[in-house]
Amino acid sequence: MFEKEKLDQIKMSKKEWENNEVEKTVSRFPERKDQFTTGSGLEVNRVYTPEDVEDIDYNEEIGFPGKYPFTRGVQPTMYRGRFWTMRQYAGFATAEESNKRYKYLLEQGQTGLSVAFDLPTQIGYDSNHLLSQGEVGKVGVAIDSLADMEILFDGIPLDKVSTSMTINAPASVLLAMYIAVAEKQGVSEDKLRGTIQNDILKEYIARGTYIFPPEPSMRLITDIFEYCSKNVPKWNTISISGYHIREAGSTAAQEVAFTLADGIAYVDAAIDAGLDVDAFAPRLSFFFNAHNDLLEEVSKFRAARKLWAKIMKERFKAKNPKSMRLKFHTQTAGSTLTAQQPDNNIVRVAIQTLAAVLGGTQSLHTNSRDEALALPTEDSVRIALRTQQIVAHESGVAETIDPLAGSYYIENLTKEIEKEAMKHIDRIDELGGAPKAIEKGYIQKEIQDSAYNYQKEIESKDRIVVGMNKFKVDKEPKKDLLKVDPKVGRMQEEKLKNLKEERDNEKVKISLNELKKAAEENENTMPYIIKAVKEYATLGEICGVLREVFGEYQQSVIL
Amino acid sequence: MAERPIRVLVAKPGLDGHDRGAKVVARALRDAGMEVIYTGLRQTPEQIVSAAIQEDVDVVAMSILSGAHNHLFPKVVKLLKKENANDILVVGGGVIPEDDIPSLKEAGIKEIFTPGTPTTETIDFIKKNVKRK
Repeated sequence: MFEKEKLDQIKMSKKEWENNEVEKTVSRFPERKDQFTTGSGLEVNRVYTPEDVEDIDYNEEIGFPGKYPFTRGVQPTMYRGRFWTMRQYAGFATAEESNKRYKYLLEQGQTGLSVAFDLPTQIGYDSNHLLSQGEVGKVGVAIDSLADMEILFDGIPLDKVSTSMTINAPASVLLAMYIAVAEKQGVSEDKLRGTIQNDILKEYIARGTYIFPPEPSMRLITDIFEYCSKNVPKWNTISISGYHIREAGSTAAQEVAFTLADGIAYVDAAIDAGLDVDAFAPRLSFFFNAHNDLLEEVSKFRAARKLWAKIMKERFKAKNPKSMRLKFHTQTAGSTLTAQQPDNNIVRVAIQTLAAVLGGTQSLHTNSRDEALALPTEDSVRIALRTQQIVAHESGVAETIDPLAGSYYIENLTKEIEKEAMKHIDRIDELGGAPKAIEKGYIQKEIQDSAYNYQKEIESKDRIVVGMNKFKVDKEPKKDLLKVDPKVGRMQEEKLKNLKEERDNEKVKISLNELKKAAEENENTMPYIIKAVKEYATLGEICGVLREVFGEYQQSVIL
Repeated sequence: MAERPIRVLVAKPGLDGHDRGAKVVARALRDAGMEVIYTGLRQTPEQIVSAAIQEDVDVVAMSILSGAHNHLFPKVVKLLKKENANDILVVGGGVIPEDDIPSLKEAGIKEIFTPGTPTTETIDFIKKNVKRK
């Protein structure tokens, strides 16, 4: 980015500075460490200068917001047009309780909904299933049938809000329920805006709520791509997630690499299913983690955008620029929260919020201070939301686009992360793509190694976590935590019993049989699932039929 | 003859898929010289107990982050008792509120390790409290 002559002068002055000023100081006051690294272990120099960005071509690699390669952002005006969507992930106990929390959040100025489902719902079991015992309503809301979904969105106009649903293996069923609720509200499906996570590969890698084996799972995903491209055009059909990969312990560069490798696999699958890349790629979205190392995280988001743009253009020959834009949701890093001195977590979340915003996120969930202990209380959730509002309205960072661009360090680190991530993607390609690399345990092993190193660094105090391995207090004050009513399980069971008495069981049976046939005969399953849902077939019944046809995934345990 | 190493079953009861902690602890125990068997995800209490007996372990170490600990941890202890295997040391970890710990200990879970616990603490506890067969 600089003329050669100027650069030579800078290099010379740097040498001089190192030999004189630095040398003198270091000989009297040694630096804190022999080697400095980012939160993910990349080496960090004492200072960055124009020589660290000399190979970077501005127009080709940085460019302008809303323009290929989108390093600086996916829209031409970014937050000058409108702020990111403030979207707090919430849901617990029954649909009634969660509905109240959503209305509270919307009143507090939240601009989009994000539904957390309990584990039985995420794994396709009804609340009365044996394996659901003790889990109903715990990490999210329990949804057994359309009846619960009607209560969940009662009084919330679905043509006005956008809704993100963290649902993967049974994503088609929950999307079908959402479409059915909207229809009852008089909102047609082409008006619906929102996202389903629908990213099964990272479930095998890191998150664990899989049901079916990879092949039928990928087919359910492409069924959704196809159905939505025709009928629900504003819906983001997948949120390809690095969040959980990072939470499981990966580095920043691994997070980018494994997420984009999963993305490549979905694009491959959709193309193999006969879809045109530009028909579905604009509806792909991503989900990343915002960790503590502010500058590394900003660089990570920039590198991810640039890499995906290149992959879509060069590898998949996409023509529509919208297919090349990496739009993403961010959540602050749950794994960085400490159970000790939980109020300190407010500060961590604020730093992570800055990382997400300076990195150009499209939407953001900020974690609450008490989440290393339990689900958050209403008070804690409000502080988390206020953190976003303070960054938006008071910090000034949203007034210009990508304000850290041009920093020698940021540009250099963006490039380093891109290079590092590309190495992993190449390795995954050699192994035959993400599904094969998962089957072989390569991705899981890489993440586990990073997680173990991280823990060892904490225990040796090479990595300081304030309040946990340094600056501890002897006595922690008593905390006010949210408790989920243990009666929720029984209440859901009661609801299910009534439902099965009231609905037309003959029609349910017919719709389930039709779904079974469609699943066996490779027809698009989506219309059949919508039909079954409308007859009030339960989530467990629908997933039960699919389990019969597809079988269940058996995890390969790697230590 | 040298004593055989301590054998530990690291288990994930319930539907929770968060296994970073379980795997990190499993590796730390192994690095500390123990023999470690990891069950993988989604184990019922019955499956955990039968694995513990089949593998002839000295310790069952369970991890839950979903909030189902009050239901699932005591069930494992109860089933072990039923199989006359209550000499096996049972410990647990995860996102577990302080208020729940006394009743879990009463139910026979010997120690609960909450977020931020160094792995060395878990290792020391096991070494001190295990009943060797």
